Amino acid sequence: MRLKTFLLGALILFLLALPSFAGKYLLYMTIHILLLSVFALGFNLLLGYTGLLSFGQAGFFAVGAYASAKILLVIPSLLMGTIAGVVAGGIAALILGYLCVRHSRIYFSMLTLCFGMMIYSIAWKWRDVTGGDDGLVGIPRAPFEIPGIFSIDMNSMGNYYYFVLVVSLIAIFILYRIVNSPFGLTLKGIRDSENRVAFAGISIRNYRLLSFTIAGLYAGLAGSFLPPLENTVTPPLAHWTHSAEPVMVTLLGGIHTFSGPIVGTILFYLIKDIIVRFTQYWLIWFGSIVVLLVLVFRGGVVIFFTEKIWPLLKRT
Amino acid sequence: MGELLRTEKVRKYFGVVSAADDIDLQIGEGVLTSIIGPNGAGKTTLINLLTGNVLVDSGKIFFYNEEITHLPIHKRVKKGICRSFQIMNIFPKLSVFENLQIPVLSLLNQSLSFFKPLRRHTDVNERVEKLLNEIGLTDKKDLAAGTLSHGDQRLLEIGLAMAPEPKLLFLDEPTAGMNPVERVKVLENIRRLSKEKQSTFVIVEHDMDIVFSLSDRIIVLHRGQILADGKPDEIKQNEDVRKVYLGEEIFWEKV
Repeated sequence: MRLKTFLLGALILFLLALPSFAGKYLLYMTIHILLLSVFALGFNLLLGYTGLLSFGQAGFFAVGAYASAKILLVIPSLLMGTIAGVVAGGIAALILGYLCVRHSRIYFSMLTLCFGMMIYSIAWKWRDVTGGDDGLVGIPRAPFEIPGIFSIDMNSMGNYYYFVLVVSLIAIFILYRIVNSPFGLTLKGIRDSENRVAFAGISIRNYRLLSFTIAGLYAGLAGSFLPPLENTVTPPLAHWTHSAEPVMVTLLGGIHTFSGPIVGTILFYLIKDIIVRFTQYWLIWFGSIVVLLVLVFRGGVVIFFTEKIWPLLKRT
Repeated sequence: MGELLRTEKVRKYFGVVSAADDIDLQIGEGVLTSIIGPNGAGKTTLINLLTGNVLVDSGKIFFYNEEITHLPIHKRVKKGICRSFQIMNIFPKLSVFENLQIPVLSLLNQSLSFFKPLRRHTDVNERVEKLLNEIGLTDKKDLAAGTLSHGDQRLLEIGLAMAPEPKLLFLDEPTAGMNPVERVKVLENIRRLSKEKQSTFVIVEHDMDIVFSLSDRIIVLHRGQILADGKPDEIKQNEDVRKVYLGEEIFWEKV
């Protein structure tokens, strides 16, 4: 336990010190890692804790990204953009989730896939609002400010990195508290045996909807990080292939551990970054490696290390 | 002794098979009732209908004179009806302690608490300890429920059904697959709780020894209809019941 706290502290210190020695590219990559971590952690609240596999999370990610972009184009305030992204992602998840959570297993997955693609086609066709296939361009990286109190310029990559880091850490901490709370335990119960939870006097549907909405809030938050970073948002963000990213990294890291999605995300970017240096057909290689890792590390990389490697090290 | 639950012409057909055929039934407060009947008589279906697992085709169900026919499961539980399952229904990946925390949290309306860590919900944890003590699983509370022996899992199942502190508790074959020692433990629990008038028990059981020694009242089901209903002595004398159980004549002699 003490070792775990020490490692966590060291990691956070490392992340805080990163801009002092890292170049722009590494910071850019780390922002992407944080972004996908938040996205995948929210997704895993559904998969690992509630037992629902959603293929439509990119839809809520895109809603968050577009909402944040729209706000930033009108009001140059980073905080407003982030809040808009979170709220929009949550509301979209609440509405569509209401229709999805009456089903489970494959039926739920197919419904989320459909609704996700519906958001994709809206982003594609509703030219007046979304800019169609051009997307929204020229989104400013607005300063982080509360008028009259303080204002921090975000033009340097380092400052924006700190913003994303702090917001992500807060979000991750809150989610950690959620999964270790009574609500989190009840979700795990729903995953293992719906009927038994119903006979504890709990409305399965409402709890699933709440879990779905929280996942939507996290997808929206992750989405809101993107426009200020890339200065543009485009419809492929909502495509189902983008929904596969959190699925993949979560399976890689492990669905039954809290840190699984984070570890999976780091591996994802490491592998991707190395392969693209050698070949443009990186997806083929990447796919093969993921298949291999999932086969070798059953239950995910994290479980493999905590249950197989760690006891070995302890003994010697 | 007040009336707890009442059904009016409750009917459920699966295709052409009648699982419940216009059943009129009353269950009184504090009367330990057993439901018996040959395989396929509709015992489990009756429990499913009363607890909300399956909805009725027609007819009405009242609990404390309030209609509950169309209420979903969780609302019936909040009113005071709970059950255990014939087929094991626990949370296998969670520890025994966590298993019991889920219904106790719900009972104390703390399931939606999403930020305070579980271990700081002391009132919940005290109640769970008490329940563990009652079902005799205190020393196994940290084990994953799926790793328990069959008998212990049955005990946990009963603990889970008792946790919401229901007024009316259906136990579907509570002692199936238990060894004699565990069986006695469970039956003592049921007898004691029934005496203390905390809950009214309705039990589906195949073991006639248990049924006749424990029950205040026995209901015999056959093809979705109530064949006989009365005190254990009356049921023993009933000719119709003997006919249905003809193949088990020896069994009856023993009783």
